[in-house]
Amino acid sequence: MADTATNPVSLKRAGNFLARQGILVAFVIFMVGFALANDRFLDMDNVLGVIRSSTILGVMALGVTFVVISGNLDLSVGSMMSFATIVVLDLHDKIGPELAIPLMFVMTMSLGALIGFLVGYLKLNSLIVTLGMLSAIHGLTLTYSGGKNIDIADKEGTWFSILGQGSALGIPIPILIFLGLAALLSILLTKMPFGRKVYAVGGNGTAATFSGIRRARTVFCCYLISSFCVATAGLIQASRSMGSQNTVGQGMELEVLAAIILGGASLMGGSGTVFKTVIGVLILGFIQNGLLLIGLEFYVQYIVTWIIIILAVWLDIAAKRGRLWSPIA
Amino acid sequence: MTERIPALRLENIVKTFPGVRALNGVSFEVMPGEVHALLGENGAGKSTLMKVLGGVHQPDEGRIYVEESPAVMTNPLEAKSQGVVFIHQELSLAEEMTAAENIYLGELPRKSFGRVDWPRLRADAGAILDRLNCGFGPDQIVGELSIAKQQMVEIARALTVDAKAVIFDEPTASLTDAEKEVLFDVIRDLRTQGVGIVYISHRMEEIFRISDRISVLRDGTYRGTLITEETDEEAVTKLMIGRSLDLSRHVPEGALGGVALEVQGLSCGHLFEDVSFKVHAGEVVGFYGLVGAGRTEIAETLFGLRSPSAGQILLNGEPVSIHSPVDAISHGISLVPESRKEQGLVLGMNCRDNMTLPQVDDLTAGPFVSEGAEIAVFDQYRDRLQIKTPSWRQQVKNLSGGNQQKIVIGKWLSMRPDVLIVDEPTRGVDVGSKSEIHNLIRELAGQGYAVIVISSEMPEVLHVSDRVVAMYHGRITRTFTAAEVNEDNLVQAISGLGGGQVA
Amino acid sequence: MENINLRKFLKRGAIWGFIVLELIFFTVAGHFLSLSEVSFLDPENMLLLLKQSAPIGIIALGMTIVMINGNIDLSVGATFALAGVVMLDSMSWAVFAGLGDWVIPVAWMIALATGAFLGLINGMIVWKTGVDAFIVTLGAMLGFRGLVFMFNGEQPTFHLNWTMVDIAESSFFGLELPAIVLLLCTLVLWLVMNRTVHGRNAYAVGDNREAAVNAGIKVGPHMVWNFVLIGFLAALSAVVFYSASGSVNPNDGMLYELWVITAVVLGGTKLTGGSGSIINTLGGVIAIQILRKGLGHIGADTETVNLVIGTILIAVLFLDRQLNRRGQEELKV
Repeated sequence: MADTATNPVSLKRAGNFLARQGILVAFVIFMVGFALANDRFLDMDNVLGVIRSSTILGVMALGVTFVVISGNLDLSVGSMMSFATIVVLDLHDKIGPELAIPLMFVMTMSLGALIGFLVGYLKLNSLIVTLGMLSAIHGLTLTYSGGKNIDIADKEGTWFSILGQGSALGIPIPILIFLGLAALLSILLTKMPFGRKVYAVGGNGTAATFSGIRRARTVFCCYLISSFCVATAGLIQASRSMGSQNTVGQGMELEVLAAIILGGASLMGGSGTVFKTVIGVLILGFIQNGLLLIGLEFYVQYIVTWIIIILAVWLDIAAKRGRLWSPIA
Repeated sequence: MTERIPALRLENIVKTFPGVRALNGVSFEVMPGEVHALLGENGAGKSTLMKVLGGVHQPDEGRIYVEESPAVMTNPLEAKSQGVVFIHQELSLAEEMTAAENIYLGELPRKSFGRVDWPRLRADAGAILDRLNCGFGPDQIVGELSIAKQQMVEIARALTVDAKAVIFDEPTASLTDAEKEVLFDVIRDLRTQGVGIVYISHRMEEIFRISDRISVLRDGTYRGTLITEETDEEAVTKLMIGRSLDLSRHVPEGALGGVALEVQGLSCGHLFEDVSFKVHAGEVVGFYGLVGAGRTEIAETLFGLRSPSAGQILLNGEPVSIHSPVDAISHGISLVPESRKEQGLVLGMNCRDNMTLPQVDDLTAGPFVSEGAEIAVFDQYRDRLQIKTPSWRQQVKNLSGGNQQKIVIGKWLSMRPDVLIVDEPTRGVDVGSKSEIHNLIRELAGQGYAVIVISSEMPEVLHVSDRVVAMYHGRITRTFTAAEVNEDNLVQAISGLGGGQVA
Repeated sequence: MENINLRKFLKRGAIWGFIVLELIFFTVAGHFLSLSEVSFLDPENMLLLLKQSAPIGIIALGMTIVMINGNIDLSVGATFALAGVVMLDSMSWAVFAGLGDWVIPVAWMIALATGAFLGLINGMIVWKTGVDAFIVTLGAMLGFRGLVFMFNGEQPTFHLNWTMVDIAESSFFGLELPAIVLLLCTLVLWLVMNRTVHGRNAYAVGDNREAAVNAGIKVGPHMVWNFVLIGFLAALSAVVFYSASGSVNPNDGMLYELWVITAVVLGGTKLTGGSGSIINTLGGVIAIQILRKGLGHIGADTETVNLVIGTILIAVLFLDRQLNRRGQEELKV
C-alpha cells in the first residue's frame, strides 16, 4: 500500500485557516463592530485605559501560558497574587520598598517553587495540587494579614506608587512592564532552548523524556516563571492602589485561563504563544469595555465571555478534526 | 453433494482513502467450522479489511454476506448483532470493573427501573467463563488479571451472542506457550460448534498448526487461497511478498572494533534476569523473541529509563551507572524507541525541531537557538536518509510512517552515539523504506557504530545481524553467530526450547 | 500478599480511617485547648456537623458521578446561586400571587428545573461540540454567574416566608432537614451507581470510553444525563439552604466548585475517571467539615482551615501516588 502525504483541497484549507486564526478574525470584527456602535471606543484615552486595566491580568496570563504549554494548569495564581500584594504592602511599611520588593518576589517564587516541585518532580496532578495551593495560600494570606486590609501609611512619601500609577514617555508604566515582559518571555519561548523544551514536554512528555529532556526541571521552571509573573502583577496592583483587601486576586485564575483559551492555546499542552495570550487578554478587556460603552449592563460581559470561550475552542477543535459536530455517539 | 453456505463472505470490497487504494476488490469467505488464516505484510490491507467488516469503515464498493444474506455493518455493535465478532489485538476492556460487567458491557441484564439483574449477570457470565476454562470467576476485577486472561475476557465478550464468525487479530502476541494451548483449545471448540474463524497472524508455525485454509493479501489485493495441508511456508511466503523470503544471513565483513558495550548479569525485577552480552564496535547484534521476552526492557534500562535491580553495564570497559536518558546520551548511547508516535516524536512539532531536540542546548549562538545550525543538521540527515518532506517546517504528523521513522533515526544519528539501539526499526514502514533502513544499519556498523537491533520479524533479524540473541521470558536462551542461526533453531530458542549458550 | 491486601484496604477505606483519626485528635486536643465545656464528640455537635455538610455534600455526590465519567463541572457554584435567586425571586412573581403558601413548592420546582436545565445546557455542549467539560463549565461558571446578576444586579435577592423557613428548619428523629436530604441523596445515588445499568455504565464510560462506545453504550446522552443530575443537585442544595435563610447574595457559591472537588478527590475518586464511590465522597465531605469545626473547636481561626485543607489535599495526592507505585520496574517517564 503506497504511502502518500496528501494535501487537502484548497477550499477546505482556506476554511481551516480561517477557523484556526478565527479568534484573530473575530477580534477584528468585534473591534470594528464596537467602534461603529460607539465613537468613544477607539479613543486613545479609552484604548489606553482598557490596556492599562488589563495589565495585571495580562502579566499573570503570560506566566500561566508557560505552564499551560507544558501541559499543566495553575489554579493558584489568584490567591498567590493576593499574597504578593498583601506582603509587599505590609513589608513596605516595615522595611521600606527597596527591600520589600525583592523579599516579596522571593517569598512568592518560593510558593511557585513548591508547586513546581510537587507537579514536576513528584508528578502529582497539577489541577489538584494548584487547587490545594489556592486554598492553602489563601489561608496563608489571611493569617499573614490577620484578616485585615493592609494599607500603606504614608502614601505620598514614597516612590513606590510610580510603578502602578506613573508614566514614562506618555505610556503608563504598568503597560510598559506588561509589554516588556511579554517581549522577553516571547523571546524565551520561541528563540531559546528552554522554550523548545517547554513545547516538547507539553506536546509529548514521554517523547521529550526519551529525547533526553529533563522534564521535571522544565515543568519546575515553568512554575517559577508563573510565580515570577504573579509577583510582578501583585507589585503593580499594590503600587496602583497603595492598599488592598486580602482577597484582591480571588477568581483571577479562571479569567487568566479564559484569556489563554481565547488566545488559542490548548489546555492539553504543546501549543500556544505569548502573542496569542496577549490577544486573548486584550479580547477580554475590549469586550468588557465595548459592552459597557454600548450601554449594556455589566453582567452581560460574563455571558458574552462564556459564549466566545466555547465558540473559540469549538471552532478550533472542529477545524482540527474536520467536522463541526462531535462524532461521539 | 450439498453446498455449505459460507458463514461470512466478502465480495469485491473496495476501499479508498485520499491517495491510497487500501482494498482493491478483495473477496474472501469463511465456511462454518473452518479456521481460515489471513496473512499479509504490514500495510497489506488486513486491518482495513477488518475495519470494513466491523463497520468502522464503509466499503466504497462490494458487499458483505453473513450466511448469504447481505449485511450492512454500521458499527461494531451491529456487526456483533449479525454474528460477526472481533477479538482485537489491543484489548478494549474497562479495567476497574468485573469480568462479568465487561463481558456484558452495554448489554447488562435489566430488572425494572433500570436496575441490574446481578444474579443473572453472574450466572450467564460464569457459564461463559466456565466454557472457556478460564480459572477465574465473574466477579474478578479485570485490571488484576494477566494479559492472557484479559484476552479470555475479550473472547468471552464475543460469546454472548450466537457468533457465526469470530475474527482473531494477532491473538498470540503476548501469550506464553501454555496460554497459547488454551487459546487453541478454545478455537477448536468454537470450530466444532460450527463457528467460522478468521485467524489473522504473522506466525507461520501457528497458522500451519490450526488453520484449514490460508488466504493472502498483498498491497490491498487478494492474492490467493491455499489449503493448509497441501502447501508449505515457502509457497505462502511467495504469495505474500512475491518472492522467496530472503532468509539470507549477513556475512560479517571488516574487522570488529573493541567491546563498546558489555552487560553483566543485568536484572530488573522479573522483567529480565541475569542478562549478559557484549557488543563490539562495528557489529550488529540482533535481539529476537516474543513480546514480553524482555528485549525492550533491556533497551530501556540501558537508556536510563529503568533502574536495574542487579548487574553491571560497562562502556568501553568502564562500569557506568545510567540513571536517566540524559545520562545515557552523555555516555554515547542512543535509543530509537519502539513506538515512534508515543515515544519518538512530538507530533505537533515540525521536522527540524523534532530532529534537533536532544541537542537543542548545544546548537546555540549565545543564549539563543541557532536556527541555521539546526537547519544544517536537518538537511544533512534528510539527504542521507532520503526523508521525503516538502520542507522542514512540515509537522511530523503529516509524514508517512517510513519518513517519520527516518526522522527519529536521523535524530539519534546526529548525536553520533557510540552505541545505537534500534527497537523495531521498520514497524509500520513501507517496503521501500524498509530496505533502505536495513542497508543503513549495515552501513552504520561498517562505520564503527555498535548497533543493537530489537525486532519481531525474523527475516529482518537474520538479514541485518552479525549475531543474534534469543530471549524467552526475560532470559537469554541462546546466542548465535550469523553462520549458525537458522529459522528452526531460532524459533526453538525463543520458545524456551533447546538450550545452551553459544557466545 | 499481605502487602497487597493492606494497600487495597487503604485505598478503599482510607477516608473513614482518616475521619476516625480526626475525631480522636480533636476530641483529645479539644479537651486541653477548647474554650467550651462541651466535648467535640458531643452528639448535638455531630448532628450540627452533618447539617452543615449538606450544601457542599449534596453537590459533591453529583460531582462524583460526573468525575467518574471522566468529566468535571466548574459551574456548580453559579448554578447554586442562580437556583437560589430564582427560587426566592419567583415567590414574588405576580402570576403566583393568588397561591398563598402553595407558591413554596412551585418555587422549589422552578428552582430545581432551572438547575436541571443549566446542567442540560452544559451536557449538550459537551456532547455535541466535543469541547472538554473543563472548558465548557469554566465558561458556564462565568455565564451562569452573569445570569444571576440579571435579577437584582449586585443587590441580594430577598424573600421571607415563614412557612418555608419552618419547613426548612424542621427535623425528624433529631436530624434536621438538610442532613436528611443529604443522607437520602446519598442512599439514592448509591443505589443508582451500584445497582443500575446507568450507574455501571458511568464507570465504563470513564474507564475506557472507546470500549463503552464500541459496546453500544450511548455515551453522549449518558453524559448529558449526568450533567442534568448535577445541575439538579446543585439546585436542590440551594433550595434546602435558601429556604431557611431567605436571602441570596449574587456572589454566593463562589468557589463552591473547588470545595466540592476537594471533597470528591479526598474521598478517593480519580480525576481521570473510571473509579470513585458515593459513600467515600460523603466521607470526604464529612472529613472536611470535621476539620473546619475541629479547628474552630480548639481555637484556631478560619484562616488556618484553608491552609490545612490545602495541605491535606496535596498530601492525599502524594499518598495515593505512593500506594499506586509499582516499584522498581516502573518506567521513569
